Amino acid sequence: MADTLTRTPAPTVPTDDPTAHGTARPLLAVGWLWFTRSAAILAFLLLWETAPRVGLVDRVFLPPLSEVLVATADLAVGGQLWAHVSASLSRALAGFVVAVAVAVPLGLLIAWYRPVSDLLLPLLELFRNTAALALLPVFVLILGIGEASKVALVVFACTFPILLSTVTGVRTVDPLLVKAAVSLGFGPLALFRKVVLPAAVPSVFTGIRMAGAASILVLVAAEMVGAQSGLGYLINSSQLNFQIHDMYAGILSIALLGVTLNGALVALERRWSRWRTTPG
Amino acid sequence: MSEHPRLRLDGVRQTFPVRDSRGRPGPPLTALDDVNLDVGASEFLTLVGPSGCGKSTLLDLLGGLARPTGGRILLDGRPVEGPGLDRGLVFQQYALLPWRTALDNVAFGLEAKGLPRRLRAARAREYLALVGLEGFADRYPHELSGGMRQRVAIARSLAFDPEVLLMDEPFAALDAQTRESLQDELRAIWLRTGKTVLFITHGIDEAVYLGQRVAVMTSRPGRIKSVIDVDLDRDASRDPRSDPAFARYRNRVWQELHDEVALARRSEFAPVPSEADRG
Ligand SMILES: Nc1ncnc2c1ncn2[C@@H]1O[C@H](COP(=O)(O)OP(=O)(O)O)[C@@H](O)[C@H]1O
Ligand SMILES: [Mg+2]
Repeated sequence: MADTLTRTPAPTVPTDDPTAHGTARPLLAVGWLWFTRSAAILAFLLLWETAPRVGLVDRVFLPPLSEVLVATADLAVGGQLWAHVSASLSRALAGFVVAVAVAVPLGLLIAWYRPVSDLLLPLLELFRNTAALALLPVFVLILGIGEASKVALVVFACTFPILLSTVTGVRTVDPLLVKAAVSLGFGPLALFRKVVLPAAVPSVFTGIRMAGAASILVLVAAEMVGAQSGLGYLINSSQLNFQIHDMYAGILSIALLGVTLNGALVALERRWSRWRTTPG
Repeated sequence: MSEHPRLRLDGVRQTFPVRDSRGRPGPPLTALDDVNLDVGASEFLTLVGPSGCGKSTLLDLLGGLARPTGGRILLDGRPVEGPGLDRGLVFQQYALLPWRTALDNVAFGLEAKGLPRRLRAARAREYLALVGLEGFADRYPHELSGGMRQRVAIARSLAFDPEVLLMDEPFAALDAQTRESLQDELRAIWLRTGKTVLFITHGIDEAVYLGQRVAVMTSRPGRIKSVIDVDLDRDASRDPRSDPAFARYRNRVWQELHDEVALARRSEFAPVPSEADRG
């Protein structure tokens, strides 16, 4: 989702290019870059503001942006917004962290033992392609309507992207690097620690980033079905109570939450794979 | 040659199992057949042969990365049982760890040797300087040119002080100018360190320029066809490549190689059972 927006302009990001460090860009070019990057968003926000005002859409169903922002501010001041955000965030993070803690080591293990991966990969592929939300009723049946089923759903949705990209990362390690390390007399353990693991890091992070997006996606949907708090609940209940401004406030918050989470993960990924050549 | 050459290949033979397109086992592919060769201590020997004749296979065996199907490989009279730090390998594609700086790449082999961290950094710096890269210690491989990367790889293989340097077409991926300057530097390093060097190439000029002896291999199955002693006047101030003797050696190697290349080319088009070609 949001990752495509931030990743597309990668070639123009100065930090990606080691030779561009010293050369200061002319101010005009920087300004132009920011303009082109934000133009579409600004145009969209402008459309949101004007369309209801000029009667292009019914302002009952789509209030102008400024009114939504006021409603958002009201919710924020009243403390409700933060309560919902923190409810969603703590569920998403709990599930996400559990998934990372389980899936990365498991993925390494599966990939390192070839027969194990041959055995399990088809099953994992099946799980990954099973829409997590389809399992929500099952989780509710087993774990009840409370926190556990929601967190479990997030764990499920996050585990498979991480697992599979970890396996891919380990499997696609350049055989020549392995050969070079073996020729130096490194044993299997040192080989794993010094070559396989670092080589797999970028791929693992790709999976983690996908999991981050997935965690919010499934959580919000789960909160719409059965919850007393969280952004998904806020959106759904506002709609039911015809508090349309609050509904849009919730949607706006989710979008911001998603972008922020993705941005944080991308920054983390950059830090950990700074050695990588810029793609393309 | 003395009783114990540094490196001795004695009737070395290597075959690979082959499966046809339906996965059924066929007759094995003989990559090397009865390879006999001695390399003396501190000798610089170049090995030329047509592509696919088994040069890299031979290097894998020397590096202890694979065991020969038949014959023996002796290092200082002892059979090679596996990889070891008495041999340093240099590959055409550098094989540097992309997440490590030049310095840490050189230190990689020293970790294998079990050197303490502080000594590692000092030694790695010393060897980076040896290949003329003292100012590039903190660069990552993708920030270095191909020639610089190969210098780092050479420094890595020299730093742990192996007796033998085994190089598999190390300069083949470089442009002509970089290649020539690296050839000169390698020669200088060899003169300075007195290492035994086995240098694989498919370039005739390179083989004659670098080698004290040039071993020519047959097309597959690879055998040593002939070994040519090269005696060039290298003290002269001019480039030995312009020496008329250089042209004569060049021509002799070319003659030896010519039929083999033709043979290899013909067998490339012949219907052979499918095989995993590692290039
Ligand atoms: N692991 C392997 N399995 C099957 N065939 C191989 C293997 N390694 C090399 N070969 C074959 O052995 C022959 C020699 O290969 P190689 O040593 O790479 O040649 P060179 O380095 O001289 O170009 C080739 O025909 C190659 O396809
Ligand atoms: Mg080869």
